Amino acid sequence: MSRTPEQDEADYFAARAKAAAALHNPPARTVEAPKTLFDVTEMELNFGPQHPSTHGVLRIILKVDGEKIVDAIPDVGYLHRGTEKLFETETYPMAIPHTDRMDYVAAATSNHAYCLTVEKLLGVEIPRRAQLIRVILDELQRISSHLVWLGTSGIDLGAVTPFWYCFREREQILDFFEEYCGARLTLNCMRIGGLPFDLTPRWAEAVRAFIDDFPKKIDDYETLLTDNRIWKKRTVGVGVISAEECVEWGLTGPVIRGSGVEWDLRRAQPYECYDELDFTVPTGKNGDTYDRYLVRIEEMRQSAKIIRQCLDRLEPGEIKGKVPRVIKPIAEEVYASVESPKGEIGFYLVSNGTNKPYRLHVRPPSFINLQALPRLARGHLVSDLVALIGTVDIVLGEVDR
Amino acid sequence: MAEAKPAPRTAADASGHPWVVSISGAVAGAVVAAKEFAGQVTVTVAREKIVEVARHLKDAEDFKYCVDVTAVDWRDRQPRFDVVYHFYSFSKNDRIRVKLGCADGEEVPTIANTFLAANWSEREIWDLYGIRFSDHPDLRRIVTWDGFQGHPLRKDFPLEGIDTGAAIYPEEWPAGGGPPRDDPNRKVLS
Repeated sequence: MSRTPEQDEADYFAARAKAAAALHNPPARTVEAPKTLFDVTEMELNFGPQHPSTHGVLRIILKVDGEKIVDAIPDVGYLHRGTEKLFETETYPMAIPHTDRMDYVAAATSNHAYCLTVEKLLGVEIPRRAQLIRVILDELQRISSHLVWLGTSGIDLGAVTPFWYCFREREQILDFFEEYCGARLTLNCMRIGGLPFDLTPRWAEAVRAFIDDFPKKIDDYETLLTDNRIWKKRTVGVGVISAEECVEWGLTGPVIRGSGVEWDLRRAQPYECYDELDFTVPTGKNGDTYDRYLVRIEEMRQSAKIIRQCLDRLEPGEIKGKVPRVIKPIAEEVYASVESPKGEIGFYLVSNGTNKPYRLHVRPPSFINLQALPRLARGHLVSDLVALIGTVDIVLGEVDR
Repeated sequence: MAEAKPAPRTAADASGHPWVVSISGAVAGAVVAAKEFAGQVTVTVAREKIVEVARHLKDAEDFKYCVDVTAVDWRDRQPRFDVVYHFYSFSKNDRIRVKLGCADGEEVPTIANTFLAANWSEREIWDLYGIRFSDHPDLRRIVTWDGFQGHPLRKDFPLEGIDTGAAIYPEEWPAGGGPPRDDPNRKVLS
């Protein structure tokens, strides 16, 4: 009886998925584990604070049994800069540059969430052209953030080639941002009530040309990874989490969508002009690292689609709403959030009627998502931890603030 | 552009809101006040009832996703702190904000055993505000280091920092961090 390599591979993945499912209810250990060489069954291992896969300063204290992770305790705070304290000492517009420096690979969505919060408190209406440009900037930022994620988490798992292609395209997006607002990473590209600059027709045409070409580039990345046997062996069945557990842990963004929940703030609670745009919210089935990879790939295609629709709808008009010169909201509190590439980024703002926020709290998606890392890592091998840090897609600047 | 109706600029009383009625019906004596502003409902509850309120919101009202937990320091008010919870319901597609007042030194019952997502947020509040959560599974500092003295987000904590004893080159960098005491541009928050 002969078997094809495809059958072998299918069996392998089925067994792996089954083993991953068994992790949810591990059988109680009845026999005491044999002593190891060092006469201990568990060892503590320091992962980080500097490690190529953490892309920032993150320390994880691993309890390992041989190569298997028994527990993982993240130790964060190395990049804590007291941003929330600084918010309280500066006027409302002065907080925008600080929001760039939280999630520095997706600054536009942080800017957007903050501006939306203050606008909600002020009750300001945003002109339509500003709404469309904000959506274009957000979606360009989403593509560039996902490209960083794809390139670096590929490199962490040994797939070096996609990195160069991803960063080639990201470079183009950063050039667009540079032309728009002068900065490439810390954009400071939105203002309370609208935008600092208008688009030039040349910029819009250049973005359109890039967007028309971009889906082909995604196909190229997919030929390198999607059916790649090594990539699948490193990601299928790794870090499985169910939809219920995602809700319990507060996971948002591609992580919850990878577990099959069709929940995206752009669709659930549309802000700006997302309610009139045609896009789908991709979801996964198995809730493993591979499905989250597929979700992010599809999100990039959808972002390109959204940008094209916005460019089609652009008409001349105002880019700033009616905002007082000195922003002094009434003494109230609001919460507003947007869908960042990592998940729900929200701002909780308490005003006391002066020109400075009394309290401005950030709900950072990376911080909350990182919290579930021990749950994802338990029972996996140490080498899978690298895949898991990649798949929750954290930015340490946002975790520590 | 169509003339949009501006959001009401003052908070309205929300004690008749169905969620508020539901909470006060299930947990006797829990609701202290309720208001609605910009379409967001805020319920102030008694400090010792928060676990029951959270459990009721999760099970009966389907607020299964704990978005965020944070705190606000009202230095001169009694009680001094507000602890603020945000919950989201997938079926209602809406959020509710639950607040409670807490004096300096008082303990707040933890909801980290009801919502796993609240664990790190409560650790962060302990770290930055010094509000202790009773029965919390792992109440350690999270963004500052173990052994740090003080709680940086309190309004009376100086913006330029405190002497942590961690100065490496005191002749170059004066103790306490930040600009020197005689710097005319030195900013003091409190």
